[in-house]
Amino acid sequence: MNVLDVVGLSKHYPIRSGLLHREVGRVRAVDGVDLHIARGETLALVGESGCGKTTVARCILRALTPTAGEILFSAEDGRTIDLAPLSRRALRPLRRHIQMIFQDPYASLNPRMMVGDIIAEPLTVNGVGSAERHARVTALLDLVGLPAVARTRFPHAFSGGQRQRIGIARALALNPRLVVADEPVSALDVSVQAQIVNLLLDLQDRLGLSMLFVAHDLGVVRHVADRVAVMYLGRIVELAPVTDLYGEPRHPYTAALLGAAPKADPELRDAVAVPMGEIADPTRPPTGCAFHPRCPFAVDVCRVERPDLRAVADGHWSACHRADELTLAGVT
Amino acid sequence: MRPILMVEPVLSVRDLAVTFHQDQGNVRALEAVSLDLFPGRVLGVVGESGCGKSVTARAILRILDRNGAITAGSVLLDPGTPGELNLSALPAESARMRGVRGKRIGLIFQEPMASLSMQYTVGNQIIEAIRQHRDPGKAAARAQAIRLLGEAGIPRPETRIDVYPFQLSGGLRQRVGIAMALAGDPDILIADEPTTALDVTTQAQILALLRRLQRDKQIALMLITHDMGVIAQMADEVAVMYLGRVVEFAPVRRLFAAPAHPYTRALLRSVPNMRATPRQRLATIGGAVPQPNARPAGCPFHPRCPDVIPGRCAVETPAPVPHGREGAACFHAAVTA
Repeated sequence: MNVLDVVGLSKHYPIRSGLLHREVGRVRAVDGVDLHIARGETLALVGESGCGKTTVARCILRALTPTAGEILFSAEDGRTIDLAPLSRRALRPLRRHIQMIFQDPYASLNPRMMVGDIIAEPLTVNGVGSAERHARVTALLDLVGLPAVARTRFPHAFSGGQRQRIGIARALALNPRLVVADEPVSALDVSVQAQIVNLLLDLQDRLGLSMLFVAHDLGVVRHVADRVAVMYLGRIVELAPVTDLYGEPRHPYTAALLGAAPKADPELRDAVAVPMGEIADPTRPPTGCAFHPRCPFAVDVCRVERPDLRAVADGHWSACHRADELTLAGVT
Repeated sequence: MRPILMVEPVLSVRDLAVTFHQDQGNVRALEAVSLDLFPGRVLGVVGESGCGKSVTARAILRILDRNGAITAGSVLLDPGTPGELNLSALPAESARMRGVRGKRIGLIFQEPMASLSMQYTVGNQIIEAIRQHRDPGKAAARAQAIRLLGEAGIPRPETRIDVYPFQLSGGLRQRVGIAMALAGDPDILIADEPTTALDVTTQAQILALLRRLQRDKQIALMLITHDMGVIAQMADEVAVMYLGRVVEFAPVRRLFAAPAHPYTRALLRSVPNMRATPRQRLATIGGAVPQPNARPAGCPFHPRCPDVIPGRCAVETPAPVPHGREGAACFHAAVTA
């Protein structure tokens, strides 16, 4: 049973030029993305800056209105609702079901509000009574591992990791059906990052959280995700269960990301592979496969024909013409 | 066994202490920090926020914020030679100190935009940097700037020299930052989180470039990072810092194979692993790095340390690792030669 089915999601931005700001082209920030998130599942969306992963997340949260596509959300009562065309007004009663955890625990909390009030705010907005609110905040503080006295303190009294716990408590206040976490640990020190990663894993187990986890760090993703979608220039190029994606990547871009990541082992120093070229300009995407100018395996067809995302193994999807013939190095 | 000892260091930091004056009182940002930089070698300096790794770099270059001051120790350039120069004794804005910055010690920032002006072309800025150090004339400086940009891996440097920094990608900007740092032909480079703002494929390219330039020019590179992966890939020797102290110093392989300080061990275990099983928990360090103005007494790591010795670690501070030796500033660890 899926909490979310995204079908053909696109978000295009006009490129305007000249005196009259005529539209001279379009940036396809997100271009035909299909994905789903099952109940209790964490799907990671990974890729480098400008790949469109945050735009996908913002479309799902309906902070942006998609250019095309469906965002099918399955509500508690069993109805399936397409969020994509809904007005602000129609979205309002649905918002509590999809909550967000932000990257920057410093910028995302109101410094003038006490922590208890920050966590209770979504409850207040949704008309939860004061006694129930108080009990819920107590339970949430405990859930995210903060002491009860945190309630009456202000955010500045807390470290980055504790602030992220506050943000997580706030996101969970209304028992959301889906949590969208945008780089939730990338601003944290590594020792604190480990604590928050473990907290998210505990919450997945205890609450059966369904989560879209947007991240660039493939190490963190390996621990947190059940399945991983890799994006490049607005499209998903590979999607697979986490073990398959890392162990047997079927797209050269995924293999490049895995190979380029620094390994915390000096004996593997020479195993780091330096990818060639730079991420293409999204206003002038390459023809054919967008990755072909950087791909060591590119052949003629790659320069001409854009590969579709297709199943190459059970639950394993790749948008590479040569997915069946290439043997790519994964992390073993 | 350790051939580096046969070469003299080009820069020696000895027992360096830095204090920042703040409204809430004085904050000791560095205490008894000793480091050596050797020609042709990479010293990795690793630690979490507030550990003093950037302050160390800024103290060496005498570019601390106005409220910061070196209160003890020395920074010796060319130690043991007739030309030995104690940078910590020079006025920060003296001509000699300005001569050291750029010409002897180049600096690469995390965000290259910090070192680049938006108002001038890439070329104008590099040419100015070249002419500041040793003016070969306008035309020669331009030719040299093109050569530097090419060395930094910028494609078509003869056309890229006339663009503005904002017209370049993050990776190309960092390459310009590296070309700028090399403009004065320094024999020491300090790179402060040079790839932290970059994507992983770009990071791999920039690290490879730094490694190649450092080897080719036999530069002494001090690489500051929070990322144990970058350390494993780049460093010859590693200084692990915590709350303003070097808590462990070791050759890179020994550090990863047999970390001697409980903090290093915990830090290495908390690094996410690309070989993890699904939903595998990470080892954690309890608590958080204390605020710099709330430094614990005794060993600064003792409140978070799994191996704390009751009655000792909270009272006594372990002696720093003697310079030139490997070991850990911990009562459990023996210092080895």
